[in-house]
Amino acid sequence: MNTMYNDRVVRQFVYVTILWGVVGMAIGVFIAAQLAWPALNFDLPWLTYSRLRPLHTNAVIFGFGGSGLFATSYYIVQRTCHVRLFSGKLAAFTFWGWTAIIISAAITLPMGITQSKEYAELEWPIDLLITVVWVAYGIVFFGTIVKRKVQHIYVANWFFAAYIITIAVLHIVNNLAIPVSLTKSYVIYSGTVDAMVQWWYGHNAVGFFLTAGFLGMMYYFVPRQANRPVYSYRLSIVHFWALIAIYMWAGPHHLHYTALPDWAQSLGMVFSLILLAPSWGGMINGMMTLSGAWHKLRTDPVLKFMIVSLSFYGMSTFEGPMMSIKTVNALSHYTDWTIGHVHSGALGWVAFITIGCVYSLIPRLWNVKAMYSTRLIDLHFWVSTIGVVLYIASMWIAGVMQGLMWRDTQDDGTLTYTFIESIAATQPYYMIRVLGGLLFLAGMAIMVYNVVRTLSGTEASDTAVLEPAKGT
Amino acid sequence: MSVAVSLFITAMVVLMIVGSVWMLLATSREQPGQPTGNTPKDHTWDGDLQELNNPLPRWWLWLFILTIVFSIAYLIAYPGFGSYKGMLGWTQQSQYQQQVDAANEKLEALYGQFEGRSVAELSTDSEALRVGGSLFAQHCAACHGSDAKGARGFPNLTDNEWQWGGSDDQILASIINGRQAAMPPWGTVLGDRGVTEAVIYVQQLSGGKVDAGLAAAGKKHYDMLCISCHGADGTGNAVLGAPDLTNTIWLYGGDFDSLTESLVLGRNGAMPAYGELIGEDKARILAAYVRSLSH
Repeated sequence: MNTMYNDRVVRQFVYVTILWGVVGMAIGVFIAAQLAWPALNFDLPWLTYSRLRPLHTNAVIFGFGGSGLFATSYYIVQRTCHVRLFSGKLAAFTFWGWTAIIISAAITLPMGITQSKEYAELEWPIDLLITVVWVAYGIVFFGTIVKRKVQHIYVANWFFAAYIITIAVLHIVNNLAIPVSLTKSYVIYSGTVDAMVQWWYGHNAVGFFLTAGFLGMMYYFVPRQANRPVYSYRLSIVHFWALIAIYMWAGPHHLHYTALPDWAQSLGMVFSLILLAPSWGGMINGMMTLSGAWHKLRTDPVLKFMIVSLSFYGMSTFEGPMMSIKTVNALSHYTDWTIGHVHSGALGWVAFITIGCVYSLIPRLWNVKAMYSTRLIDLHFWVSTIGVVLYIASMWIAGVMQGLMWRDTQDDGTLTYTFIESIAATQPYYMIRVLGGLLFLAGMAIMVYNVVRTLSGTEASDTAVLEPAKGT
Repeated sequence: MSVAVSLFITAMVVLMIVGSVWMLLATSREQPGQPTGNTPKDHTWDGDLQELNNPLPRWWLWLFILTIVFSIAYLIAYPGFGSYKGMLGWTQQSQYQQQVDAANEKLEALYGQFEGRSVAELSTDSEALRVGGSLFAQHCAACHGSDAKGARGFPNLTDNEWQWGGSDDQILASIINGRQAAMPPWGTVLGDRGVTEAVIYVQQLSGGKVDAGLAAAGKKHYDMLCISCHGADGTGNAVLGAPDLTNTIWLYGGDFDSLTESLVLGRNGAMPAYGELIGEDKARILAAYVRSLSH
């Protein structure tokens, strides 16, 4: 038994990655439609935007992204340590625990039970469960690292390690609260301190959950899929350390021109700018790993997903530092530009790399030669690429337009446009966004069909642990 | 900020920047004995996963250094190193004040012509009314509507029915000082039946055909509880903001359910004070515009 990899838990997480991806994105399309046509909340409290939006973010970030990270980190840490996963029982607990967390989110958020902290909406009992599951995750992951059969720790595992440790710290500090009932608690911070803690958490959730974790994915699956060595070991060293050190400082750029002291705003801005190069280090290392194997892009749509995800990663990590410059932020803040920026990262980078890795994983996990249809993967790729482009282009235009309309004044010093006029002007772009989201969701449907056809009639069997190469 | 906190912040910032530079220098140099370029390092994972050790791309290295140089310059010019204020002495408050002052200077030419003029005078000045219209769109339209016709709980300003009085001085006072209505809740005092009777009487006051017996019972409640604000004849009192109940204009609705709700729970409509925000001159222009809507 111990000579086999524990792929059962990986397969389970792959299933729910796809499930929560479809659910979370469907809710996303629905609330996007509500912004274009507000009557779609049907005057039902649990269908209102305010309750479904956190459900959308929780389902896609923690359900889809989180399950994808569990699946790939468990798969990768076993392969690159040449041992079976530490403690099968704890690993199984992380699966059922994490799934229970996502289901509780799906129940409590529409009921209006929330801490009202963005990306940390879930109330204290669920927060406690997250803490327990996360500690178990850490024990499984680091336990596997400790019993590894090779001396050197593979680069993907550095990123997973940083993400697991940091998310634990962020989650606990940001969610410190005093419960007053089973469904209500008050966060211990108030005012500007609360805002700063929230965005220290919020931006590092982006940096460590949505970036470091997925870079871990990328560092294993891009070389694997391209069948090429990682481009540069020292580039990975310098961008890893710079990334995890500098990301910690970037949070205040969410609070430009607020009650946050000037010095904190300045530091948030300059460290966001310094973050550009470390972020691009990951993109360069991924893309250059492909150099010499570019011809594979013609025949392997999975590789297309990966290379385009790296392009979007590079694009949004350029856009982010630019938006953190105060002068730019004065225009972009509070507009849909921010939403476009987030989705160029969330759809273009996070979802694309996850989808690529799932397509790469499934044949390996179920011992089949390939996915049922390569052409359907290609179709999925093009449909979702068009979807992302429609989404972010419409939000760019909408955001810049909103920013310009809000700041425009007349000769008598009054605002040229009332707020409702800017919303009316945005409506067409909201419609285009719905179309973009629908296309992305359609891509997921294609994926579901392809996966179902691939898996029908197959029986999963575990793989033997590979002996390390000599001398390593 | 205490000296210790300031030093801590400064030390951490310096550590981050110096650390980044040190790491860049260390990794950009060739390490003796380490492979470079297309020779893989001597580790292999998972069968065939290997790493090359290519040098850092030069353009990337310079990009990194450029952002660091810019950041150091920025932190010398602007606040960031703990309690150090920055060479430019910039604060966001001062930037705001500068923009406000610059705008006010520009606007003086326009607003100078309206200074000190009465509401009545301004209400016949087409330029004042134009400016009043934009001031209304910015400050008042959110509640009273862009057509000024109000909404439930927010008075219609076009109908010449005035909760707080429609004279120039009264309109101006409403804008400058705001208004706070205070209709007490009568649910527990009157009980269900008493509330119903009083509501029926109020409907009779506004000309509705209602059950005479109930209305007569309601009048007794009215004469005891409502009369002090809404008056013996029900025409209200602008000084207290008590609406006229004898017409068909209703701030919170005149149907049975709405009136019952008003009576049971009371009403506390609030108009914010704009004097501090826009100053008296602009308030007078606004009053002139509001007056013009119903004249």
